[in-house]
Amino acid sequence: MSHVAAAERVAATTPAVARPGSRRRSPGRRTARWVLGIVGVVVGLVWIFPVYWMVSSSLLPNVRLTSGAPEFFPTGASLKNYRSVLDTGTFVPALRMSLAVTFLTIVVTLAFAFLAALAISRYRFKGRRSFVLAVLFIQMLPAEGLFIAQYKLIGSLNLLNTVIGVSIVYVAAVVPFTVWMLRGFVAGVPAELEEAAMVDGLSRTKAFLRITFPLLAPGLVASGVYAFLQAWNEFTVALVVLQSDDAKTLPLWLRQFVQVSASKDIDWGQVMAASSLIAVPVIVFFLFVQGRMTSGLVSGAVKG
Amino acid sequence: MPRSTAPGRVAPTATATAGAAPVRRRRTPRVPYLLLIPTVAILLLALAYPIGWQIYTALHEYGLKQQFGAPAEFVGLHNFVRLFTDSELWTVIVRSLVFCLVNALLTVVLGVAVALLMRAVHTAVRLFVQIAMLLAWAMPVVAAVTVWRWLFDYRRGAINYVLTQLGFDQFEGHSWLEQPMSFFFVATVIIVWMSVPFVAFSVYAGLTQVPEEVLEASAIDGASPWQRFWSIILPMVRPVLSIVLLLQVIWDLRVFAQIRLLQDAGGTPSKTNLLGTYIYQVGIGAGDFGTASAVSIFVLVLTIAISWWYVRTLVREDES
Repeated sequence: MSHVAAAERVAATTPAVARPGSRRRSPGRRTARWVLGIVGVVVGLVWIFPVYWMVSSSLLPNVRLTSGAPEFFPTGASLKNYRSVLDTGTFVPALRMSLAVTFLTIVVTLAFAFLAALAISRYRFKGRRSFVLAVLFIQMLPAEGLFIAQYKLIGSLNLLNTVIGVSIVYVAAVVPFTVWMLRGFVAGVPAELEEAAMVDGLSRTKAFLRITFPLLAPGLVASGVYAFLQAWNEFTVALVVLQSDDAKTLPLWLRQFVQVSASKDIDWGQVMAASSLIAVPVIVFFLFVQGRMTSGLVSGAVKG
Repeated sequence: MPRSTAPGRVAPTATATAGAAPVRRRRTPRVPYLLLIPTVAILLLALAYPIGWQIYTALHEYGLKQQFGAPAEFVGLHNFVRLFTDSELWTVIVRSLVFCLVNALLTVVLGVAVALLMRAVHTAVRLFVQIAMLLAWAMPVVAAVTVWRWLFDYRRGAINYVLTQLGFDQFEGHSWLEQPMSFFFVATVIIVWMSVPFVAFSVYAGLTQVPEEVLEASAIDGASPWQRFWSIILPMVRPVLSIVLLLQVIWDLRVFAQIRLLQDAGGTPSKTNLLGTYIYQVGIGAGDFGTASAVSIFVLVLTIAISWWYVRTLVREDES
């Protein structure tokens, strides 16, 4: 699992808690705070620099990147590198491939995981606990210990280099954690809410659709984001299953772009533009959903 | 594989907690099983079958010849014995374990330090650190490795430039990926950079649960900052910390993309292979599926052994 996707796990497992109140300050503490503040700024700069450097380099022509001292501020920035990257004509097919794989993975994962989450949080049945345990174990299994056999499997199904082939592997990789995540959300919607609606005259289906389902929306969004990040960034399985040139997802496309560029005195401006094309949408998306992940929509619906 | 080990161990507690779980009883017990069919089916197809195939293949001679139709010969545990006798393979295993532990520990120590820092500084600084961490966290791995490759570039990389400016002339035109040790140093920098945010945010969330009054009381009683960290904060965030450390160990054990991409950039594969890239090279590259399967199973078993504790914790939390 990638670390990006791990964000989802934290969001799903640790509740956001308000910062503790301000503390008393003495002069000695104030100097300490200043020193720590400077350390904090330095740490922040170190962590942000590679991202800044990627965007900054992508805006400069390669001649300026490779002659003289590095320029830490991109004066005279232009989008020419992006134009050259798009002009190779390989980006759009890879984007289309990534979109197809991601879309299929999200839809199928959500559908499957939702049903399973419903089963384990609303029903008691023989084997429920073993299923939960199995799901938890399976989500820990590394793709790196399975890809040889999955390559063989997809090959024997005649699905190498296809959207469906790679999506099968992705769904299987994402579904266990999604079940676990949705289970929490489904359990968070008390059955009493639904029953109260039924007492008020709604049918079971209507009660579910009107009461439970809207309350599950944040959970579905969170799981969808998790599936998105997994499928969008995945590298290992894609490398094995999608070996043909016209079936590359974006991560494979970037790797190939770098290799082609490196074979003829690498053009760092273009390579950084290509990296930004992949990274910036994910970063923006990530920042956007981060705040919405933990929604308090359900808390307080049933009280007293 | 986990399916077969799980039920036996948990059956007694399952009956014990049956009354407590918030579950409705239905007259038709078939419904939950129907709901599980799609999930179970895809897991059987894409995970259980491959694992079975790997176990079968690992017990057979399955090389290039078999790819072209020769019958796979049963060789028993021969492929597994090779794990511990073949010196190249053994080196890869030891190297992976050392790399994994060093990276996981470094990540957790730095992550805790950043979390404590975020707690100690002014809100504006904290926000800046958090945004920086989020950005690093959100970088897709292929893009991240590419940027670091540019930063570490031997001719025009910013890192060599800064080091040379600081007076370390030996870094002019220094190639970082040539020597295995410095190759792994670069890999560690990338992995730690990518992983620290996760640890920092998790531990920070844990830290906010430590009551301020307790810390103030201990400060009044004369406890030094170090004592407060060691005997109050650390025990309180221990649950978060152990989960995070465990996840890091598991993730760093299976590291693949970073190593593979750095090998593209100029590392010598035979001297820089870790378990993931080794499986790839032996299986996909050389077509020796028998050995590749045996190594894969080794990775799976190791992961399951390490995750056992984690899964137990999660299940316990779920029930409380």
